[in-house]
Amino acid sequence: MTRETTANARLSVDGWVTVVALLIGAFYATLTAARTEDPVMSVHAYIFAGAFILGLFGIIKAYYDNSECLADQPAGAETTIRYNLDIVKAGVIASVFWGIAGFLAGDTIAFQLAYPDLNFDASFFNFGRLRPLHTSAVIFAFGGNVLIATSFYVVQRTCKARLPGTLAPWFVFWGYQLFIVIAATGYLMGATQGKEYAEPEWYADLWLTIVWVVYLFVFLGTLWKRQEPHIYVANWFYLAFIATIAMLHIINNLAVPVSWTSSKSYVLFAGVQDALTQWWYGHNAVGFFLTAGFLAIMYYFVPKRAGRPVYSYRLSIVHFWSLIFMYIWAGPHHLHYTALPDWAQTLGMTFSIMLWMPSWGGMINGLMTLSGAWDKLRTDPVLRMLVVSVAFYGMSTFEGPVMSIKAVNSLSHYTDWTVGHVHSGALGWVAYVSFGALYCLVPWLWNRTQLYSLKLVSYHFWISTFGILLYITSMWVSGILQGLMWRAYNDLGFLEYSFVETVEAMNPFYWIRAIGGAFFVVGSLIMAYNLWRTARGDLRVESRSLAPEAVPNPVAAA
Amino acid sequence: MIKHEIFEKNSIILLIGILIVVSIGGLIEIAPLFFLESTIEKVKGMRPYSPLELAGRNIYIREGCYNCHSQMIRSLKDEVERYGPYSLAAESMYDHPFQWGSKRTGPDLARVGSKYSDDWHREHLVNPRGIVPESVMPGYPFLLDTPLYYKDIKEHLEANRMVGVPYSDEMIETAMEDVRNQVDPDADTDGLLARYPKAQVRDFDGNPKVLSEMDALIAYLQMLGTLVDFSAYKAEGQNQR
Repeated sequence: MTRETTANARLSVDGWVTVVALLIGAFYATLTAARTEDPVMSVHAYIFAGAFILGLFGIIKAYYDNSECLADQPAGAETTIRYNLDIVKAGVIASVFWGIAGFLAGDTIAFQLAYPDLNFDASFFNFGRLRPLHTSAVIFAFGGNVLIATSFYVVQRTCKARLPGTLAPWFVFWGYQLFIVIAATGYLMGATQGKEYAEPEWYADLWLTIVWVVYLFVFLGTLWKRQEPHIYVANWFYLAFIATIAMLHIINNLAVPVSWTSSKSYVLFAGVQDALTQWWYGHNAVGFFLTAGFLAIMYYFVPKRAGRPVYSYRLSIVHFWSLIFMYIWAGPHHLHYTALPDWAQTLGMTFSIMLWMPSWGGMINGLMTLSGAWDKLRTDPVLRMLVVSVAFYGMSTFEGPVMSIKAVNSLSHYTDWTVGHVHSGALGWVAYVSFGALYCLVPWLWNRTQLYSLKLVSYHFWISTFGILLYITSMWVSGILQGLMWRAYNDLGFLEYSFVETVEAMNPFYWIRAIGGAFFVVGSLIMAYNLWRTARGDLRVESRSLAPEAVPNPVAAA
Repeated sequence: MIKHEIFEKNSIILLIGILIVVSIGGLIEIAPLFFLESTIEKVKGMRPYSPLELAGRNIYIREGCYNCHSQMIRSLKDEVERYGPYSLAAESMYDHPFQWGSKRTGPDLARVGSKYSDDWHREHLVNPRGIVPESVMPGYPFLLDTPLYYKDIKEHLEANRMVGVPYSDEMIETAMEDVRNQVDPDADTDGLLARYPKAQVRDFDGNPKVLSEMDALIAYLQMLGTLVDFSAYKAEGQNQR
């Protein structure tokens, strides 16, 4: 099929809308850059303007190149479904890039805690500004790109339909990258709302809202075009993730900017109401971004890789509705013994404990999908990674309810135990299930029979698992130790330790944690190398070929 | 029994179902906080931040202090003994956003006000390990050299008023001079103190020539937890654990 035979690229409706919107956006951003006295806003207005103009150039170039990405019906679409896989490829590359950047930022601040001179006392490199950079980079940049890439892949495959629109999916992808750049540069310059995991300022939030609504419509539009009677279970989870994150994001970020040319805003809610709104958002960023979205990955990639159907259809239904119903209530467990009214704390704790059940229902559904295929764990390290991620999911969704019990929380809250808990979920579950999906996707997307090296996958797995174990065990010890020291009394009835003595006691564990993190970073670099060689079409000669035929390439088969 | 097929075959019904199911928890749990009067205690002494304190608070947020310091003393015996009376909801009623925090890499700061001298704070912020050798806090020497930008302080107060902080027209009108007067021991501060009772007036950073970001940040730290008079408020009762 040559280029000439494709329908001559015309700008479709969403193409024209995008062009006009970019023109207006570029004009407004330039105007803001000229008017503002706020250095942060000035930098960001230039970044926005530059990005919009680049976008326009991109569209013009695609137009004159007669590029396929402008054609609503790509060549050959009359006879077979032509999936939009370029967007998935872009998402995979972005995921790997932001993943490594986010892991590196995290390990940097881990070393800063162990050896504080590494802050260099230079505003932009201090822990307080780098920590939001790390959390946003791993959650929203890495996790978000994995979710966008996999959701666009899964929804197309399971609906047997191409993503709707021509430029709309690309707007979602590049718009999201622009949001990441604005958020990240903002943190370094000190622009923050001061709400954890919701740090980006008002204009970044507005931009993300636009991008997210288009994302929702691209996703829904694919469902509307589907040639399958049923919507596959993974798509229920993706839809719940997209819709709920929109609701959480908008409500938690309601704010009044100081002026249209100021980067600073004041959030709408105050004090106790703001606290509960924030943790309603914060915990459901975990529940819907890091859980529901990644469960969708589990529901597609685990059965695919294992070559077995999902264990129980009925359990999927129960799992889905109970999980999304109960998660929403869990926020108050971040506010035990605070000025939040007792009734809200108790309610939050109750639902957090109940949440254990749907979580483990999902884990069982994922793990039992392997029944009849357990032997593949020996031969396929990618499947091993996916399965271990589900096991980590089970572990951290057990630990979470335990920590939400008020008596336990009185010890664990404000300590490293929480940090360790988050990372057993983030590294063990979210990152591992993402890695598994990436290892599946790259050969499928780039039309390779198999990965460059399964042995390297195995190395990645063992090195980063060792890193995770160092991380979470050191944080258990330091968290429980510090919690106990804070509440220790001496024989005379006085507090036994000054605060700084408890800080000093943390030092060895901060070193162990930082070293564990370094192992994790090394593992991700191995993955990046392996995926790059796979995309290039290389195949490493290995003494023992590990199940090369085990996973048929669905793209080639289509 | 409703067949699940309805949801699996119609994306809009599925979407509506999801939105209903995820809305219930928030509506029952969060909405009442805005209506139940018992949520925020009635206390004497709470007032909006003075313009200088507000500017200092914005530096606190900008530098991400909340990543390591809480401002929420829980109603637990050891915390009350270490930090002072447990925090009341009323004490953060003008905080947009709240800064309760979630991690204590450093100690709680809800009642740090007036516990240490200005000199201690300045030295500690410039070089934490010069004062506390075991500390893991970054240093903030640049605050000392950076003049405070407060040209738009009026707009900051106005934005706060829009989200519900009771700044009066007078407070907004005098915001600029209130910033200057709070660091000037020789200024006429009767108006400032009438508008913001208990506001502390002095040069905070040890350099009267420059109104620096350090001035603003220390002014904020020195007022934390000092507004409510706990000799007049009975904090015991069912909340004390």
